[in-house]
Amino acid sequence: MIKAINTENVPLKLIEIGCMAGNIVEVLQVAPLADPIYIKVNDSFMSIRRDLAEQIEVELI
Amino acid sequence: MKSLKIVLVGNPNVGKTSIFNALTGLNQHVGNYPGVTIERKAGTTHLTKDIKATVVDLPGTYSINPSSKDEEVALKALYDPNNKDYPDVVVVVVEVENLKRNLLLFTQIKDLGFPTILALNMADQMDKKGISVNVALLEQKLQTKIVMISARKNEGIDTLKQAVLDCDQNATDNIFDLKSIDADYFQTLEMLYPNQNPYKVWLTQTKVFAFEGINPLVSSNTELQKNDSEIKRLQHKETIKRYQFINEILKETYAIDTTKAKDFRMRFDRILTHKFWGYVIFMVVMLLIYGSVFELAAYPMDFVDGLFSDLSAWVSSVLPEGKLTGLIADGIIVGLGGVMMFVPQIAILFFLISILEETGYMSRVVFLMDRLMRPFGLNGKSVVPLVSGTACAIPAIMAARNIENPKERLITMLVTPFMTCSARIPVYIIIISLIIPQTYLLGFIPLQALVMTGMYLLGFIGALGAGWVLSKVIKADRKSYFIIEMPTYKLPILKNVLLNMYEKVLSYIVGAGKIILALSVVLWFLGSHGPSDTFGNAEEIVTERYVQQETSAEQLENAIAEYELEHSYIGIIGRTVEPVFRPLGYDWKVSIAVLTSFAAREVFVGNLAVLYNLGADLDVEEDGGRIVDTLAKEKRADGTPVYSFAMGISLLLFYAFAMQCLSTVAITKKETNSWKWTVFQLVFMTGFAYIVSLVAYQILK
Repeated sequence: MIKAINTENVPLKLIEIGCMAGNIVEVLQVAPLADPIYIKVNDSFMSIRRDLAEQIEVELI
Repeated sequence: MKSLKIVLVGNPNVGKTSIFNALTGLNQHVGNYPGVTIERKAGTTHLTKDIKATVVDLPGTYSINPSSKDEEVALKALYDPNNKDYPDVVVVVVEVENLKRNLLLFTQIKDLGFPTILALNMADQMDKKGISVNVALLEQKLQTKIVMISARKNEGIDTLKQAVLDCDQNATDNIFDLKSIDADYFQTLEMLYPNQNPYKVWLTQTKVFAFEGINPLVSSNTELQKNDSEIKRLQHKETIKRYQFINEILKETYAIDTTKAKDFRMRFDRILTHKFWGYVIFMVVMLLIYGSVFELAAYPMDFVDGLFSDLSAWVSSVLPEGKLTGLIADGIIVGLGGVMMFVPQIAILFFLISILEETGYMSRVVFLMDRLMRPFGLNGKSVVPLVSGTACAIPAIMAARNIENPKERLITMLVTPFMTCSARIPVYIIIISLIIPQTYLLGFIPLQALVMTGMYLLGFIGALGAGWVLSKVIKADRKSYFIIEMPTYKLPILKNVLLNMYEKVLSYIVGAGKIILALSVVLWFLGSHGPSDTFGNAEEIVTERYVQQETSAEQLENAIAEYELEHSYIGIIGRTVEPVFRPLGYDWKVSIAVLTSFAAREVFVGNLAVLYNLGADLDVEEDGGRIVDTLAKEKRADGTPVYSFAMGISLLLFYAFAMQCLSTVAITKKETNSWKWTVFQLVFMTGFAYIVSLVAYQILK
């Protein structure tokens, strides 16, 4: 589950897709060198780079 | 006739283009927005017999806040009433599977005050996925007309047309209350801008766009004047509040039976994005594409080539001999042949690329390749243009269109011509057989083949290296983030694939074809004309020269051809620029051949043959030996061979890096939509080639 997002450093687009505090994010696949990361959030399937993923603070559930 | 303006908006991968294709069919036109590389798709459709509508398909977006400068230009259609695309009706296309996310954009469009229709695409999939929607209630809550569509089955298109006609009665009030974000702030805005659409007022404050008659608030009062990070925080909050608003509505109107939802996605993704098998499959796919563009396209290309050379010969034989016939037969028809030659490759490549895009596989490619391509300023999708570039740069540069990020797209287009295209092969073969001995390295590796492989590698390294440099030099218009949707796997819709292919071929012929044709005619003129005292009397001068010797008719003819090329305008230019090429080790004959091969690299061999009195109708495969023998005997005044090792290497390097192809110049102009980048590429590549060749020759000499 997403605990918090560093709103200063992430584009609005990420929020608009549904990456918001309280939503569940699931990591489905990780490319070699751990970048990019294939995630499922808010019923959307996205691939994002590591630098962006690092701005999302999650809580393991 | 009455005419309406419709704009289609929606998230990426919701089948917007399918609906656009279903509405417009072949009545569509794809162009560029002024100054940017985003495609503008527009078409016409008949709503009834008497009422026409123009339809504009906006690029897929998650929200009306543009995430790039290019997107901003496209979205102007929704902001600026004076924009030629400003709509009478907006159709928001959404897919049933991810209604929540899709509706975010809908509420924004609705709040801008447009008459809006909600098109629910892939409605035929609802049962299979266990989705049920209370349409009547949703219509009421969203104050809109909902049309169920299945673009794949061509269902609901007529209902959509009818809905557009009936649309005027639709409520155009705001549905989302901005005050839920920050009551005080938006209350104040409302007071300061009475009688204005509050959402437009707010968007003006975020500096996304300026609306007519609304100016951003300037105030020394810090309560009112928000700084950038406060604005951004409010935008974030707006998104969250909108989602809450949508969730409330969907709770009552939307249900999904998760037990019914069979998802093939994960099964496919587990293999296709696998750390090992993903790459293996991708390599197989790329080999298939490469093979198709390289091998399969060869047959229709030979056919087109033969057709136009027959036509040229036929015209020459039918029309009376003269300047005009020469222009038609050898200038225009040969030029047209040069344009049409590339059509099979472009058609095949885009047929395959469309399938990869339609199925959703392309996004997986991006996922797999992103990390590897990133250091070179390239995109995961750049692999397709780069690999296609080993067949031909023309379709390859066009393939870069599928890259969304403008900077990565530009870099991909600029570096693709470094890849060793098939036209360079004859040049390489001749030079390699001249300077590399036919020996085996370690007893079993043929040295010539090794050098040939090295040339391919050099092209690849050149492309990546240039990409790395360019990524440092070119500035992005704003920081771009990598957020790629991984769409569900779908069967491709043949109509979309074929329309895309048709459109790419058409845009090539119309856009780049005319430049190629014009340049070909100019080159033809320079190559077949010259000052009358030398060029005009070539036959007499040469015949006189050979009068004492016994020469066959063929030898004489070849000698005349050589004399003519030497004294044509391009020959004169070649001899004039010889000093420029001399430090690279080229004499005037090579200089002429290098210059003329700008029409197409393969011309190099043919023109060398002409310059050495071998006649123009040589084939590298059949007569390669003869050319090589002749060239090998060629000596300088001091007795050293012209085609020395140093000169050969210098020539190889020059051909590896120089922008030696006018068709590529034409396609770069067409695709970048800018002469600046076209000239930059030409100068960058050729300049680099010159320096590398110069250094190599001076060291090896």
